[in-house]
Order: sequence, then structure tokens, then C-alpha cells
Amino acid sequence: MSRPSDHFDSAEPVAPAVNPKLSIAGYGRWLWSLLTSMRTALVLLLFLAIAAIPGSLFPQHSSDPNGVTQYFADNKDLAPILDKFQLFDVYSSVWFSAIYILLFISLIGCVIPRTKHHFDALRARPPRTPVRLERLPGFDEREFGGVDAEVALASAARVLKSQRYRVERYDRDGAITISAERGYMRETGNLVFHFALLGVLIAVGFGSGFGYSGQRVIVEGQGFSNTLLAYDSFNPGRFFTPTELEPYSLTLDKFTTTYEQKNLNAIGQPTDYLANVTAQLRDEKPFATTIKVNEPLRIAGTDVYLLGNGYAPVVTVRNPAGKVIFHDAVPFLPQDKNLTSLGVVKLPDGLPKQVGMIGFFYPTVQDSHGGMKVSVYPDLVDPLLTFNIYVGDLGLNEGVPRSIYALDTSKLTKLTGINTTLESLEMKPGQSATMPNGLGTVTLDKVVRYASLDVHHDPTQGWVLFFALAALGGLLTSLFIPRRRVWVSVAPTKNKKILVEYAALARGDDPTLVAGVQAIIAAHIRDLGLTCD
Amino acid sequence: MTDALSQYSVLSLYSAMAVYAIAFVLFTIDLAGKTTEGKISARFQRIAYALTWVGFALQLTAGILRGVAAHRVPWANMYEFAMTGTLIITGVFLVANLKWNLRFVGTFTTGLVLILLGLAATRYYVEVVPLPPALQSYWLVIHVFVATLGTGFFSLGFSLSVLQLLQQRREVAVHDGKKTRLTGLVKLPDAVALENYAYRLIIIGFIFWTFTLIAGAIWAEKAWGRYWGWDTKEVWTFIIWTIYAGYIHARATRGWRGTRSAVLALVGFGAVMFNFTIVNIFFKGLHAYSGL
Ligand code: HEM
Repeated sequence: MSRPSDHFDSAEPVAPAVNPKLSIAGYGRWLWSLLTSMRTALVLLLFLAIAAIPGSLFPQHSSDPNGVTQYFADNKDLAPILDKFQLFDVYSSVWFSAIYILLFISLIGCVIPRTKHHFDALRARPPRTPVRLERLPGFDEREFGGVDAEVALASAARVLKSQRYRVERYDRDGAITISAERGYMRETGNLVFHFALLGVLIAVGFGSGFGYSGQRVIVEGQGFSNTLLAYDSFNPGRFFTPTELEPYSLTLDKFTTTYEQKNLNAIGQPTDYLANVTAQLRDEKPFATTIKVNEPLRIAGTDVYLLGNGYAPVVTVRNPAGKVIFHDAVPFLPQDKNLTSLGVVKLPDGLPKQVGMIGFFYPTVQDSHGGMKVSVYPDLVDPLLTFNIYVGDLGLNEGVPRSIYALDTSKLTKLTGINTTLESLEMKPGQSATMPNGLGTVTLDKVVRYASLDVHHDPTQGWVLFFALAALGGLLTSLFIPRRRVWVSVAPTKNKKILVEYAALARGDDPTLVAGVQAIIAAHIRDLGLTCD
Repeated sequence: MTDALSQYSVLSLYSAMAVYAIAFVLFTIDLAGKTTEGKISARFQRIAYALTWVGFALQLTAGILRGVAAHRVPWANMYEFAMTGTLIITGVFLVANLKWNLRFVGTFTTGLVLILLGLAATRYYVEVVPLPPALQSYWLVIHVFVATLGTGFFSLGFSLSVLQLLQQRREVAVHDGKKTRLTGLVKLPDAVALENYAYRLIIIGFIFWTFTLIAGAIWAEKAWGRYWGWDTKEVWTFIIWTIYAGYIHARATRGWRGTRSAVLALVGFGAVMFNFTIVNIFFKGLHAYSGL
């Protein structure tokens, strides 16, 4: 059996679908043929489509972890229930996996017998010419005078062969005939397509197992090397081992953002991000290169992407004695399109009490109503940094990992800013400000930029692409190459001429069948040296 | 300069819409008309078809002006995407008519195009702005254009499937000797022929869609650092692909050819439209390029 028994072109089944007194083996066979039927494949495909929908309605851990956190915060009662049904992990959920695994088992069960059948068909001879051609589609006939029957048949065979038909001669009483077939590529393409889908699935599965991805924020002038410790966050695949990390290093020399300045509808919109970096592979000379959005750096089997960027004010804190207790470039997180940015400095040591500072950075500052400040342009035109000072317990000693972008103020006392008697500290580049309570001074030395880089290693992504393109190729072949049988029969007539009959049969959808037969007739007449009438 | 050009573009687009509106009315009169009055209505159809070409030319002008104004392809936000998408829907309809006589679907094509353009012009309009870095890629040209081509073929397939279902109802009613109000369909091809046309257009759409999916993944790898991440837009592209794969299987499955597969074609196109309107505007995701 080549195709599933419920394929449109298969013969209608005669036996009842299931016999009540089946043995276990019989039951297994019945189940198998059910699973590998067209109808099951179809229903599973539709289930897969439906099952994919919730993943677009609820935030997913994989693509939007913050969204999930937010959802839990907003829907305290509902979220845990949804979570139980894995609605925040739809694409790795049991039910979604079950559908596509069943689908692919069905696929394997369907294509393997078809492949075998197809191999046999490739080696088989075209089938015997039917006796009554006039009942077939595309039937037509011509009468020729002065042509030998054998010559006419040989000519027809020549024409068909030139159109890549496989030709076989069959004679019968009163007529000599040929049977021809072409378009085996249609089925080949279909099988390639289905196998390629399997290939995509396997390659994707392996890729996620052996690959890794890591994120790292790097400030202008700084570098990092491709080691586990260097990453801010790291997501290894299931089979990852640290030996997969190819040693190399990257330094961010300069980060440039270009802003639109002419188009009045888009003043300040970024039109280009460019990271100039120096890369160095182990034991090799360093070289300069660039990373841009849409133009990742491909290096040592990894891809380095530019995912985000922002400002990093370089801050120095001195104790009352004037000794430097903190000096670093602090990456601030952008809050709006004009890059009003939020950042945190933690000073656990060096002062009598632990001090925390929450800062706002405005690249181009402007006072808005109510004493609030806003940034009105994303580039550094009139930059200002403000800090609010907190003292108390930073909560760093509890062994809980703390984000470098957030300050836990639950055990801290606020000294400056709203709800206190003191103004926030304010400084422009080069300026210093004095902290209250004799805590010391803060200086904004300068402002640099940072880039957040995403480093990926996916050993099978090339294979995924290969299989995807193979699927596309298979699809094109299987949908547009017609599979046809053509028959030509030559018989003498009473008036000493010959009658040539032509007919064809399509397998599958074939809108140009009739036109195809007409073209063969025309070519035949030409080949015989006659003219078309 | 930019402003003047985009103004002319809008003007041209509104003219196209006016012309399409007339064509729509004439197509509809023709489709609803009875065969006995065939003479007049056939003339309506011919005029409507010619008008559709005129509208197409005006809309093409609108698209080109917008592109020149923006110095790039005119499909980088919802408004432009709707404009170019509907242009291609009309284009596919017109070109398909050079090969087969499918003028009778004109009602659906012009109707759909009018709705989408109306929505685009009133709700999605944005001024010309430069491309954000994430969109500065030749994949914008390829991926989005092929997606609209796919949509064009799906839309024509959809219209034919609707007609197929109506025709089917009429044929059943006639067979049972019942009365039916669908007499206007007598002059159309029978349900099986309509289904075959729909199928041929949809498989072309499906090829384009498959390519869109692959090209989208290649682009996502370059721009976002992974080729597939189940972003909302990726999810819906996948859903649409799967529904149409289901349609193709349905055509080859005994008991599913005919009405059921036609229903799948409608569901598939419903998903295409959902993806374009609702998902673009209300769903959160990385494809936040509607410009709204
Ligand atoms: C992941 C699941 C599957 C997908 C995405 C899929 C997709 C497709 C597509 C797009 C086509 C049309 C292109 C072509 O003819 O090559 C097709 C055709 C076909 N598929 Fe599948 N398929 C799947 C599973 C299956 C299974 C499980 C079966 C067997 C039960 C099957 C049997 C067939 C057959 C027989 C055809 C040819 C249809 C015809 O004769 O026109 N497919 N499939």
C-alpha cells in the first residue's frame, strides 16, 4: 500500500474498519493504520494549530519572562491555575509536545511505506496500455495517410522520451501501442518534503541541547572573554559542557548611535547603532570589527548580537577624608525613548553605614511642571545625573542574589528627594555633589555608553536551514511537477491509412493535462514531417 | 519634498479607493443578477473589471510615491503594509484573470481591499519616518514582500472557496428540487471547478508562505539572535502555515474534499486577517513595527 488507505486516490476500503474480535496484534495493526491515516494527520495538524494559539495570548517564559512575572502579579488567583496547565510554557508543554510527537510518528509511519513503494515504482515498467483509450481524459485521435505504423509509433516514442517520459512498448491484436509515464519527481519531492520536516524537528531538538546563550553588558573601554564567569546571565542547553566555550575576547572600543535630525516627524529617532569592537582569538593577533543590529559578529563558532544599549555614567565616591571608595562606570537602564535612565550604586563598605543611591540620568534635561525633570532628546546635549541617597542595610549579606539594577529599600532610610527635607544630588559631567550627614562626595566624571551583547552558540542552526530549504524544494517539486501517464496507440484503418489514438491520466492535481496531450500531438505531427491541420 | 510626495500618495490612494468602490458595486450587481438579464450585468462586469485596473494603477502610483518619499520600500509599517498588501491582492486578482476568467470574484477582492484600505487610511496612517535599525535589512524587502504575495493568493483562494460553498448549496438545492435565492451563481463554474481554482491559488500562496516563514527565521536570527522564539507573530505565521497544510491534506483525504476543505480555506484566511489586524495591534511581541 503506497498511500494511506483514506487518500483520495486510493481505492475505497472494502472491509469494515475494525473487527470486534481482534487479537492484540490485530488491535495494534488497527491502531497503527489509524495513526498513519490521512485523516489522523489532518486532525493532528489542526490540533497543532489550535494548541499554538494560547502561546500568543499568555506571556511565555521562553520569550517574555518579565511578562510572566507581571501576569502573576496582576492575576494572583488565575495565574497559578494557568501555570498548572503549562500555559506559560505552551511550546514545551506536555500537551503541545504530545500533539507534535504523535504527528511525527504518524508522519514516519506514513512516509516509510510510501518510500518503499516509490522505490519499486521507480524501477517498474509503465503499465500496460488500456484497451479503450477513448474513455480516458485528454483522449484525442488523428488519421494519417502515407505513414507506416511502426514509423509513427517510433516517432511518438521519440517525442515522449524527449519530454522525459519513460516509454514501454505493448502490442495487442490490431494495434501497436506505447505506454509512457513521467513525473516520478512529484512523489520524490513529496517524500523529500516530509523527511525534511523530520530533519528540521531533529536538528532543532539537538541544537537546543548542545547550544548555549549568554548575555553580557559591556561599557566602552571594557572587555570580556568568553568564559562562564564573564556572563551576566547564561542559559546552557541540556547537554552543554563548559568545554564548548571557545576562548576569545571582545573589547568595546566605541558605541555610536545616530539620531534622525532632519525629518520633523521623527526627530531623535535612532537610525543606526554601531559597536566598534576589538576581537581576539586565543594565540592570535587582535583585530578591529563591528557589531550592528542585523549584522551580528560571527566569531569562533558563536554569534554575537547587539541587543541593547544605554548610558553608563562614570561615578566616583569619596569618603569624608577624600579617599576614593567607589569608582566605576554604572550602566543605567533606559526608561523612555529619550533615554531617561535609571541606575543604582551600592556602597556596602568604606562608609560608617551602608549607603545606596538611586540615580536618574537625563541625556538632555528639561524641567517639567511640578519640579520633575524629563529628558527631551536621547543624545548628550545637556546631560544631568541626580541621586537619592539611602542609608541602612543593603540586604547583601542574606545570600539572595540581588539585581545590580535594583535597590531593596525595605531596610534603608531615604535621606534626599521626595518625602525628605533635602534636595536630590545633582551633577553635570565634571561636577561633584556632597552627600548629606557628612557621608562624603559623589562625582560624575564623564558619561560613556554601554552595549548589551548576546552571545549564542547553536551547532545545528545550519542544519535547520538546510532541512527547511530542502522542504521548500520538495514542496515546489511535489506541487508543480505533474505526474502523468500517456498512451499512444497506432492501428491501420480500412482505407489504408493509420489511426493514432492518444490519451493520458493524471495522478494528483494536474490542471494542464489536456493541454499537455495536445502538445504531444502537435510535436508528434511535426516529428513525422506532416503539417498540423 | 517628502511631505509633498506623501500628500500626493494619499491623494492617489483615496482616488483608487473611490474607483474600487464603484467597481465593487458593479461587480456585486453582476454577481447577484440573474442570467436572464445577463446582457446588462455582463457589461457591468466588464466595466467593473476595467475600473479595477484603473484603481490598481492609481494605487500603484500611491505606493511608488510613498516609497520615493521615504527612500525605501513602502512596506515598513501597518499603513504601508496595508497599502502594498491590498495592491498585491488586487494585482493577483488581475493577473489571474489574464489566465482564467475569474472576474466573478471581483466583488470579494474589491470589497476586501476597500475594507482594509479604509482601515489603513483612517486608523493606521502614520507620517513617513526613517527605519529603525532593526528594520534596516534587505530581508525587509524579501520577507515582507513575499508574505504579501502569499496573502494575495490566499485572498483569491478564499473568495473562490466562499463561492464554492455557495455554489454547492445551490447545486444541492437544485438537485433536491428546492427553491434557492442563489440563482445568480448559475453563470459561474460548478462547485468542483471553483474548488480546483481555489486549490491551485492556495498552493501557490502556501509556497510563498513557506518561504516567508523560512526567510523570517533567517532574518530573526540576524536581528534578534535566534531563528525561532515563538514570538506572537511567529506563532501566528506558524498557525496559518499549519492550517493551510491541513487544507492541502484535506484535499487529499477521502471525505474531506469539497465542503470541509473549503471551510479550512476560510479558517486559514481568517487567521491571515487576524494576524494582520488584531495581532499587529493588540498583541505584545517583538514585531512591534506597526508604527502606531
Ligand atoms: C508535520 C506534519 C505534516 C506536515 C506539516 C505536512 C505537510 C504537507 C504538505 C505541505 C503537503 C503538500 C505538499 C506536498 O505534496 O509535498 C503534504 C502532502 C501530503 N502529505 Fe503531509 N504533512 C504532514 C504529515 C503527514 C502525514 C502524517 C501523512 C500521512 C498520513 C502525510 C501524507 C501526505 C500525503 C499523502 C501528501 C500528498 C497529498 C496529495 O496527494 O496531494 N503527511 N503534506
